[in-house]
Amino acid sequence: MNIHEYQGKQIFARYGIPISQGIPAFTVDEAAKAAEKIIADTKSEVVVVKAQIHAGGRGKGGGVKVAKGAAAAKEQAQNILGMQLITPQTRPTGQKVNRLYIEQGQDIKRELYVALVVDRETRRVALMASTEGGMDIEEVAAHTPEKILTQFIDPLLGLAPFQARKVAYALKVGEGTPDPKATVNEFVKLVLALGELFIKEDCSLLEVNPLVITGAGRVVALDAKLNLDENAEARHPEWEALRDVDEEDPVELEAKKTGLSYVSLDGNIGCLVNGAGLAMSTMDIIKHYGGEPANFLDVGGGANKEQVTKAFKMILSSPKVKGIFVNIFGGIMKCDVIADGVVAATKELGLTVPLVVRLEGTNVEQGKEILKNSGLAIQTADDMGDGARKIVAAVKG
Amino acid sequence: MSVLVGKQTKVLFQGITGSAGSFHAGQCIAYGTNVVAGQTPNRGGQLFDGTAPAGPVQVPVFDTVDEAVKKTGANTSCIFVPPLGAADAILEAFDAGIELVVCITEGIPVMDMIKVRRALETSKSKLIGPNCPGIITPGECKIGIMPGHIHMAGKIGVVSKSGTLTYEAVGQLTKLGLGQSTCIGIGGDPAAGLDFIDVLELFNNDPGTEAVIMMGEIGGNAEILAAEWIKANMKKPVAGFIAGVTAPPGKRMGHAGAIISGGKGTAEEKIEALKSAGVKVAPTPADLGTTLQSLL
Repeated sequence: MNIHEYQGKQIFARYGIPISQGIPAFTVDEAAKAAEKIIADTKSEVVVVKAQIHAGGRGKGGGVKVAKGAAAAKEQAQNILGMQLITPQTRPTGQKVNRLYIEQGQDIKRELYVALVVDRETRRVALMASTEGGMDIEEVAAHTPEKILTQFIDPLLGLAPFQARKVAYALKVGEGTPDPKATVNEFVKLVLALGELFIKEDCSLLEVNPLVITGAGRVVALDAKLNLDENAEARHPEWEALRDVDEEDPVELEAKKTGLSYVSLDGNIGCLVNGAGLAMSTMDIIKHYGGEPANFLDVGGGANKEQVTKAFKMILSSPKVKGIFVNIFGGIMKCDVIADGVVAATKELGLTVPLVVRLEGTNVEQGKEILKNSGLAIQTADDMGDGARKIVAAVKG
Repeated sequence: MSVLVGKQTKVLFQGITGSAGSFHAGQCIAYGTNVVAGQTPNRGGQLFDGTAPAGPVQVPVFDTVDEAVKKTGANTSCIFVPPLGAADAILEAFDAGIELVVCITEGIPVMDMIKVRRALETSKSKLIGPNCPGIITPGECKIGIMPGHIHMAGKIGVVSKSGTLTYEAVGQLTKLGLGQSTCIGIGGDPAAGLDFIDVLELFNNDPGTEAVIMMGEIGGNAEILAAEWIKANMKKPVAGFIAGVTAPPGKRMGHAGAIISGGKGTAEEKIEALKSAGVKVAPTPADLGTTLQSLL
């Protein structure tokens, strides 16, 4: 689950991580008031108006603007709020900006990169740091990987102070600052707090790009990009308030509420499958035969007739869907439950597109009977290759 | 007995009194698995009723894994505990000396599993999963949620990250008359127990396994590391498949670990790596069985 920069910074503040003074704003007037307050508090005219969208690369897309004075800040807010912000990480059509974050300007002397991520190879949380702040870390990893330092966190110990110091000295954090010892200590304290936050808050990814050293030698997190582990949602009731429905596909959100796994894609062949691997493979085989999947949908093993009905309705009600492929290999999932759900949904909404159903596994004969007796125009398939070929042909017409 | 489990394995079901645990314990007993105990806190003293091929059985339920092991000699456990308590259940099994822990639970917080991995480093126990269908040696021992009836005893080792995709492979193999030695679902979570290399090594050293089929998916680089291992060590033919060539980057496709992150973990690079290692990669998921067959 992604959250906005301003939300990430609210979490940073709880852990004592130094951030710029900042105020979220959802209207131009709020932005102007926020700018006035920050200017008054900091006694500096320089503020930054930042678009709040989940995707990165906002600066590149024109979503981050420095402004001198409240009037200039208001003007920038007017430009940015409501814009369709296109960055290398958004869809080609971009993401509409509905929220802003007004932040105090900083006297940036150096930009560093610090991130925490779950490293799959070692099964540890890894701390990554680099002197190449402000840059695309994937570029750095591709061209100058030696500039990235990595420290692995032992789950028994947490991130150790000596690890944070190793990074501080390797990045030469104190170099050129008025009080190098103080700057190093601040950096170490900040990084240790990030390490603690990552584990306690159940993060999947945390990026501070850039982490800046100011002219005065202060260490400040200028950005906060957090991704939270959805598996941990049940023990974080506070996450519900962080969700931004504008950033989510409404069907994906609805599916999640129903306990289904759904991802919207660009094609026109709807899929309903049990199991994530089989669901991905179903998308793959449709593409192999020249079709385009409209979605990934894993109905899971424990789905009941209501969930299956709901899932099928989700697919049926999508205007882009021109054909549907139901591919089930029932283990826990029973084929007759699937058949009941498909028939119920279809009888309710009507079936105007070709439907191919392939059933295999638990209660397959009962499932096939239910489909046969439904009187609906359902094509059956013997195996998933047969099914994929049939639906692609049916949709191509 | 092919790999890890067989007729003699003594199985404990953790979470046996829950709806998923009770249903699947019943199914495993019916298959012929030697289920010797169940465990759910506060339900110690209860008896679990099942029907084995030989007739009705009553399985004693204990409050702790420790007591279950001491009283019944259980050496393998199958975990059906809900996500927020599952990691602790795994640790309890390690602590009680269970040799093989099979964790079915989906949705365990990643930070919890990272701690479990750490505990594994100093434990003699093995872990399969979490978020997996389990392990089955057809005809002898079924530990998990897989449909027993599609399996057939034989000499093909099956290892996969996905549950239903494994059934697809097994179904196709059985139809071709190619039985399975042992099928292991390793699950799709980023921090888990046995990975591809661990299982391939077991199959490599197993006299009952002649060939192996492995099914991977997007996310992480386990399949690439496996390809390197295969090239250096594998003495038996391997067929493979990677799900998710059509998966969009940055999106979690069901499994917590099935996500293409920062351009890494794509299906294409894994397929390339497997091919370079001499693995025959099935062009579509409908060709899993025939691809393996072509190697024999």
